[in-house]
Amino acid sequence: MPHKTFFWFIFPTGLAMILFIGLPIVSSFFQSLHIETQQVLMEVENCDPFGCQTNVRVDVEATDKLREENPLGRFNGFGTYLDRNHLAFDEIGEAWNSSSSMGEFKDIVLNLPFYKALLFTLTFCFAVTPPVIFLGFIVALSINTLAKIIKGLIVFGTILPMIVTPLIGSLVLFWMIDSQGIIGASIQILFDDPNLSLKASSNLTWITLIIYGIWHNTPFAFVVFYAALQTVPQDPIEAAYIDGASRFQRVRYIVIPHLYPVATFIMLICLMDNFRVFEPIIGFSAEGVAQSLSWMIYQDLRNENKMLFGSAGATSMLTIIGIAILLTPVLIRTWKEFRTER
Amino acid sequence: MDTRIHKYSKQLIIINSIFILFWLTISIFPFIWTLWGSFKVKADFFSRAEWTYALSGFNTLIETGATTTVKAYIESWTEGEFWRASMNTIIVTVSVVSISLFLGTLGAYALSRSTYKYTFYILIAALIFRAMPHITLVSGYLFPFFQLNIWGILPTTIIVLVAINQPFTLWLLYSFFKTVPKELDESALIDGCSYFQAFRYIIMPVMWPGVVTAGLFSMMLAYNDFTVTALLLNQENYTMVPKINAYLGTVEYGGNYMWAVSSVVSATAPLFMIIWFFQRQLISGLTAGAVKG
Repeated sequence: MPHKTFFWFIFPTGLAMILFIGLPIVSSFFQSLHIETQQVLMEVENCDPFGCQTNVRVDVEATDKLREENPLGRFNGFGTYLDRNHLAFDEIGEAWNSSSSMGEFKDIVLNLPFYKALLFTLTFCFAVTPPVIFLGFIVALSINTLAKIIKGLIVFGTILPMIVTPLIGSLVLFWMIDSQGIIGASIQILFDDPNLSLKASSNLTWITLIIYGIWHNTPFAFVVFYAALQTVPQDPIEAAYIDGASRFQRVRYIVIPHLYPVATFIMLICLMDNFRVFEPIIGFSAEGVAQSLSWMIYQDLRNENKMLFGSAGATSMLTIIGIAILLTPVLIRTWKEFRTER
Repeated sequence: MDTRIHKYSKQLIIINSIFILFWLTISIFPFIWTLWGSFKVKADFFSRAEWTYALSGFNTLIETGATTTVKAYIESWTEGEFWRASMNTIIVTVSVVSISLFLGTLGAYALSRSTYKYTFYILIAALIFRAMPHITLVSGYLFPFFQLNIWGILPTTIIVLVAINQPFTLWLLYSFFKTVPKELDESALIDGCSYFQAFRYIIMPVMWPGVVTAGLFSMMLAYNDFTVTALLLNQENYTMVPKINAYLGTVEYGGNYMWAVSSVVSATAPLFMIIWFFQRQLISGLTAGAVKG
């Protein structure tokens, strides 16, 4: 295809992607270098019969004027990245010097908002992915053995958790797990502890969120494994059968090795998708004990009157760096695939 | 020979059936429970005292005089203005799907037919774009959108969703276009078609399965989106998902739980029906990137 024709074909989609994916990233970065204009303070002297007092007040007019002149705020360099809510190097240094043991140091660092969120995000990612791959594989194997007539119906039932948006999916589960809901109440009766609630303890909330993550992601792993199972060559399986291999051995030594590349694919996609975990936290109202990086950005932007663009931008950039690290293996894989194709 | 390999022992069939039933319970039961509970009052759906109330509708009978009630549905659709939210969702979804497919098919066709090296870099760039968390993009939109005064309205959100959706659509359609033999459009070109004519009259007619699949994914993205719609739309223009979230939290609706429950059902039912019809396309799309051949 000549360059010119190619250009006109690709132009609309390319423009949309550059304008609404490329530029926002640049814009985010630019914002992260700025910080909101601080309120202009002025000293006002209030005199009454008992004497004069000087009060500090916000000069609304001057503040508004300054904000209007410079809506993005003042230039702050990488200041926002280093402040307490982000990388917090100063606080970490201080903690290192002041804390007497490793445990104490760890406690202080993991209570800083960014590291707390990072810890949850990573825990979520790495706790959800392995069970998803395992369960997805088992479900795929087991549905694969069914008769054709009922397969369609069962596949449909299996993929439902993936189809609903995470917010709705987590709400649906939350309403059951809630201490007033069916599962929550049953658990209380089971353990004979009327105060037992999944919301009360942070560990339980994390576990709930992880279970939700597994519930939501397993269908995806299932679908991919299920499709891959159809491509497993039959000859080696037959040969193994003749040689007396049991069913388990056939799965273990023929099917699983065949599915390794697919499993890595699922793992990478799962890690990448779960790194942006955010909606379940809202659905489960778990903001108090579980914050993720994406949730931090949402929190900065939620308040319509006072959006913290700088802070949101900085967290976005740090999230993108995290994604980039996770994305590298995927890119390398795609690169190799392309090489072999040509 | 072939039949004997695929014959399963009795124990295996039993274990397998139990496992599948168990798995289906986990994946479907929450939805059935919510559907059932949406016809009850809050005291029944969240019945701490006695969970069978949720089944029998004990409090529902006391409060409304019948064991099931559609009060929550009626109230959320009228008073809660869910009708407006669903209208918005329809507008957003239909626009996003049609624009996305239009842009995506053009781009993906060019990518699949060009032999130059830059196609590879474009696809890699699309892959990187696809991995970007939506919320980080939203943090980049808000400020410029406020400055340009285009925040809060539906067209902005539609364009943003189309753009966010493009990388995935491009990759998906690209892999579908690759399966259409090149000879088909080459012969059309020799017969004097322009590239666009070859695309429009020769390739598109055989591409319908791919287009349906890509459309399905665009639809799911637009229909399900929370991040973009919650932050880029103002309250009146909310689509269904942010609206449901609004029912839960804000003072305005007084945390009206049953509205949220019934709206979840109202929002999920059409989606499930569509997926029921297009299940095959959905699965072929999900596996297009993963499985060779």
